[in-house]
Amino acid sequence: MADATASARRPERPRSPHLQIYRWPVTMLTSIIHRITGVGLGGGALLIAWWLIAAAAGPDAYATFAAVAGSWFGKLVLFGFTWALSFHLLNGIRHLFWDFGMGFEKHRAERTGTIVIALSVILPLVIWAYALWARGAF
Amino acid sequence: MAGSKNTLRTPLGKVRGLGAAKRGTDHFIAQRISAIALVPLAIWFIWAIAAHTNADYAAAVAFIAHPVNAALLALFALTGIYHFVLGLQVVIEDYVTAEGLKIASLLLNKFVGIVLGVAVLIAILKLAL
Repeated sequence: MADATASARRPERPRSPHLQIYRWPVTMLTSIIHRITGVGLGGGALLIAWWLIAAAAGPDAYATFAAVAGSWFGKLVLFGFTWALSFHLLNGIRHLFWDFGMGFEKHRAERTGTIVIALSVILPLVIWAYALWARGAF
Repeated sequence: MAGSKNTLRTPLGKVRGLGAAKRGTDHFIAQRISAIALVPLAIWFIWAIAAHTNADYAAAVAFIAHPVNAALLALFALTGIYHFVLGLQVVIEDYVTAEGLKIASLLLNKFVGIVLGVAVLIAILKLAL
C-alpha cells in the first residue's frame, strides 16, 4: 500500500538531456544570457544605489565610491554593467517583438539572436570610446 | 498510456492546473509594460553613464540635482527595480523548489526591492529638492 501511494505521488517522469549534452543554438545562448544579465543587473542596481546614496551623503562618501569606481576593477565592473544592460535591452526588444508574434520563425530568431550578440558588444565599446573621447583621452 | 507516462505534470499538478507561480497573466503583463517603459529610460541612462563617468563630486551632484535628470533617474531606478523584482521572482520560482525556502526567497526579493527603491528615491530627492 505504501509503495502504491508513493508511486502515485511520484510517477516516472520523462528524462531530458541537460545543458552539457545539447549543441548550443544561438536562441538557447541568448535565452540563458538574458536571464544571467537580468540577475546581474540587480547587482548593477545596487551599484547605482551606492552612487546616488554616496552623492547624497556628502563628499567623503562620494570619494570612497569614486575611488572604487575609478580603480581597474571598478572600470571592469562598469564596462560589464554597460554590456549587460546593452544585451538585456537589445534582447528585451527582441522579446517584445516575439510577444507580438513577430520574428518567431526559426531562421529569423537565430539571425536576430546573432545580431543582438554582435550589437551588445559593439554598443558598450562605442559608449566607452565616446566617454574617453569626451574626456579628452584621445 | 502516452498521456500518463510522457508528461512532466504530476497528477496533483493536473488536478490543480497550476504551475510553480500559481498565477501569471498579471505578472506577465506587468513585466512587459515595465520593459517597454525601460527601453527609452535605459537608452538615456547608458548615455548618462557615458557622458559622466569621470565626474567629480560637484559635477555628479549638479547632474543628479537637475530636475530633468532627477526625474529620469527616479523613473529609471524605480521602474528598473520593479522590473528586476518581477524577473527575479520567476527565477526563484523556477529554481527554488523547497516550499519554505521559496516563500522566504520571494519575500526577501520584494523587501530588498522596496528598501532599495526607497533608499534611491530619498537620495535623489535630497539632492534635487
